[in-house]
Amino acid sequence: MNLSVTVNGTQQSADVEGRTLLVDFIRTRLGLTGTHVGCDTSSCGACTVLLDGRPVKSCTMLAAQAAGRQVTTVEGLADGATLHPVQEAFHTEHGLQCGFCTPGMMMVAAALLERNANPSEEEIRWAISGNICRCTGYMNIVKAIRRAAEQTVEVHSEPVPASGSTAGVS
Amino acid sequence: MAIADQPALGGIGESVLRKEDARFIRGRGHYVDDITLPGMLHMAVLRSPHAHARIRSVDTAAAAAVPGVVAVVTGELMAQHNLAWMPTLSGDTQAVLATDKVRFQGQEVACVIAETKYIAEDAVQLIDVDYEPLQAVVTPQQALAPGAPVIRDEKAGTTDNHIYHWEAGSKEATDAAFARAARVVSLSTHYPRCHPAPLETCGIIADLDPVTGKATIYMTSQAPHAHRTLFALVAGLPEQNIRIISPDIGGGFGNKVPIYPGYVVATAASLLIGRPVKWVEDRTENLISTGFARDYHMTGDLALDADNRFIGLRVSLLSDNGAFFSDAQPSKFKAGLFHIVTGSYDIPTAHVVADGAYTNKAPGGVAYRCSFRVTEASYLIERLVDVAAHEVGEDPAALRMKNFVPPEAFPYKSATGFEYDSGDYPRAMRLALEKLGYDELRREQAEKRARGELMGIGIASFTEVVGAGKGRDYDIVGLRMFDSAELRVHPTGKAVLKLGVKSQGQGHETTFGQIVAEELGIPAADVDVQEGDTDHTPYGLGTYASRSTPVGGAATAIISRKLRDKGKQIAAHLFEADVADIEFERGRFWVKGSPDQVKTIQEIAFAAYSNIPEGMEAGLEGVHYYDPPNMTFPFGTYLVVVDVDKGTGEVKVRRMVAVDDCGVRINPMIVEGQIHGGLTEGFGIAFMELITFDEEGNCIGSTFMDYLLPTSWETPRFETFATVTPSPHHPLGAKGVGESATVGSPAAYVNAVIDALAPHGVRNIDMPVTSDKVWAALRGAGVTE
Repeated sequence: MNLSVTVNGTQQSADVEGRTLLVDFIRTRLGLTGTHVGCDTSSCGACTVLLDGRPVKSCTMLAAQAAGRQVTTVEGLADGATLHPVQEAFHTEHGLQCGFCTPGMMMVAAALLERNANPSEEEIRWAISGNICRCTGYMNIVKAIRRAAEQTVEVHSEPVPASGSTAGVS
Repeated sequence: MAIADQPALGGIGESVLRKEDARFIRGRGHYVDDITLPGMLHMAVLRSPHAHARIRSVDTAAAAAVPGVVAVVTGELMAQHNLAWMPTLSGDTQAVLATDKVRFQGQEVACVIAETKYIAEDAVQLIDVDYEPLQAVVTPQQALAPGAPVIRDEKAGTTDNHIYHWEAGSKEATDAAFARAARVVSLSTHYPRCHPAPLETCGIIADLDPVTGKATIYMTSQAPHAHRTLFALVAGLPEQNIRIISPDIGGGFGNKVPIYPGYVVATAASLLIGRPVKWVEDRTENLISTGFARDYHMTGDLALDADNRFIGLRVSLLSDNGAFFSDAQPSKFKAGLFHIVTGSYDIPTAHVVADGAYTNKAPGGVAYRCSFRVTEASYLIERLVDVAAHEVGEDPAALRMKNFVPPEAFPYKSATGFEYDSGDYPRAMRLALEKLGYDELRREQAEKRARGELMGIGIASFTEVVGAGKGRDYDIVGLRMFDSAELRVHPTGKAVLKLGVKSQGQGHETTFGQIVAEELGIPAADVDVQEGDTDHTPYGLGTYASRSTPVGGAATAIISRKLRDKGKQIAAHLFEADVADIEFERGRFWVKGSPDQVKTIQEIAFAAYSNIPEGMEAGLEGVHYYDPPNMTFPFGTYLVVVDVDKGTGEVKVRRMVAVDDCGVRINPMIVEGQIHGGLTEGFGIAFMELITFDEEGNCIGSTFMDYLLPTSWETPRFETFATVTPSPHHPLGAKGVGESATVGSPAAYVNAVIDALAPHGVRNIDMPVTSDKVWAALRGAGVTE
């Protein structure tokens, strides 16, 4: 089947098998290997991307289900050379070790901050509870997301829109 | 250059932010599965549905006929190349692809090599294997019972499932201590089978160039150099033609130490086909076939005198090794380092008896984030001490304090033969108690108990043993457990450091640069740390057993010091002074008495290539191989507070205070991160993680929907603190920290639950301590809501 989808702001068209998983399309066809596969059962969240701004687990979605929609991967998080506040904060707070869960974790964080600019620790922990990290024990990830929220509030003097825009892409 | 103008040094003790983050936060990490080579084929593995069955026939015709399938590999084909079996790291053999029988559910039976992953997976389903099911043996007790089916009947002369018998300590002295004991307390417990489950599974791309004969193997390897030698020995390839590249690794925790059958088949297939072959496990393959951990049945007896001093420890162990004895451990001891079991206590006599058995379960015992079997040992002694405290009615903190190896006793020789390097156990304990507010919490607990509420405080004061070598006692297939560092300082004063160890997330690119910064004065930011490519790094035994800092870190410090000494000679030449008069500090050289006139390390580096004394070799580089004189012995005290719901058995961890003493901390931020991760994995093991089997040997726990890992929601918030007792034999005083928290914390969590239930007579619940088990224990003790 012919698939047309916008990935990180670029229109992509490809002929794919109907059964192609979204994660395989992203990794193999588009060569965007920042999105990882950790479990195949939607349990770990390493494959998390944003679909029209909402986090989805791309290992258990068909590429066809993304037809005509906006996909954002970790490669689309930064604005050129300017890192997304979540990326900066993961580095500053030591929110990553092996780096394998990091892209999925950051995508969820970015989406969270889009709809809730000032999340509590509870809200952060709930938001990332579908993403497993084996290295950090989550403490520094939570701190990083809090820090990103504080940075974002500082940067944007105007109120952050409640929802609707694609997280991380400006 | 004035000191103020120097870039930040980033030496030892600074929480330097990590260099490696730059690529990971941009999605530019480089893991095995991210690599695509021209002409690359994909492999899928057919696995046994039975735990124990004879193979009558394997029909591959339908699979081979699928368009896009390049080859179907069976055990028979591997046998033609003498590769149907491979040696294990424990001196046994393991089937690469089954020929005669399958011996565990999930065992590798055949492989399909195809143009795409999807085609390979399709074709695997079309392989028709005719099995004759046999009785499965799923516990070591069954395995050792008379008349049990013999699992390893392919080995000539094998008549039972017993693998080994091993002892440590002195039976005679221990018996004598028990004979005069005022009291003996006992605990029997099963440390269940669990799995390291790094988020990235294991994988390989084997690329054998049919023209040059060069084998380039990209592999999720914690020990690339040792793996190169093993490939040479197993596959018979000339070692100079093997290049192992271990790129970014998405967590290891021991899982990526062994060689797995899939690696051997992919390599053989690439050799036969002449194209690169990729195999990356899916999660189920990872959980059901690769390196499990623990599965240890333990009984401990602790003898106390009339003053509640520990006078003897007796332990018997029964190990479930699965179908092949492939424990991935480098010691000469069959039970690994289990004989550290006397822990932090001055127990004058101890005797350990260990036996291992084959079962129809996955092989590949690995040390899930611990030196081999240290976690089991620490768990047993720390649980046993709590049982003793409850039995004799003494506070578990006070009982520990009374029995600690005293600080003045170091170096301390344990009853089982270890020489502990350094320690101050009371200091770590006191700090933990103070930070927790122990006395106040005990008062709260007493009030709650009076009201019938369940609250518990758990303690573990662990001592672990890490950092293998020394080479005399520790080796992999005879390769002594040294490690290496090669440091090249370029003319502009920038440096490349090449290591034999291999990070899996521990932050080596940052930490090891800090060691060079401290010792040679080159800013950490100017040191490019390289690992994982065997063609371009010096030989080493790899990263596991918390050995990178104890061994690779020591090698880095010493080679830095050697180059510093050469730098002094060059400085003496430049200053026209005697080398004995040259002073050095933080990258600056000067003549004693003339501190205003300095040469920087950058200037010295340039001189090393441009202006050296007569007779000196040019350049500023070198390599050092470090064989540690002893292991290191990190320690600490962990305290856990739990509240238990009487109605549901649910356990809530309210507090977790961790005091760790890993000697000198090179990068405190990274050390804290390691501890957070270990405390979380320990939490998972204590409460959630379980690979179990039904009576037919079917594996339960084969996906992350069954094998439960801690998420952000239930993981406790940790309060971490440090004491620093340097290792006297390590050049930096560092001890290694990667595994302390996994070793120490499970007992603290479980002790807290048992402490909550102790007034009702409950003395033990085996891990994982799930709500249903707690509920059953409460109901068994007559406790109702």
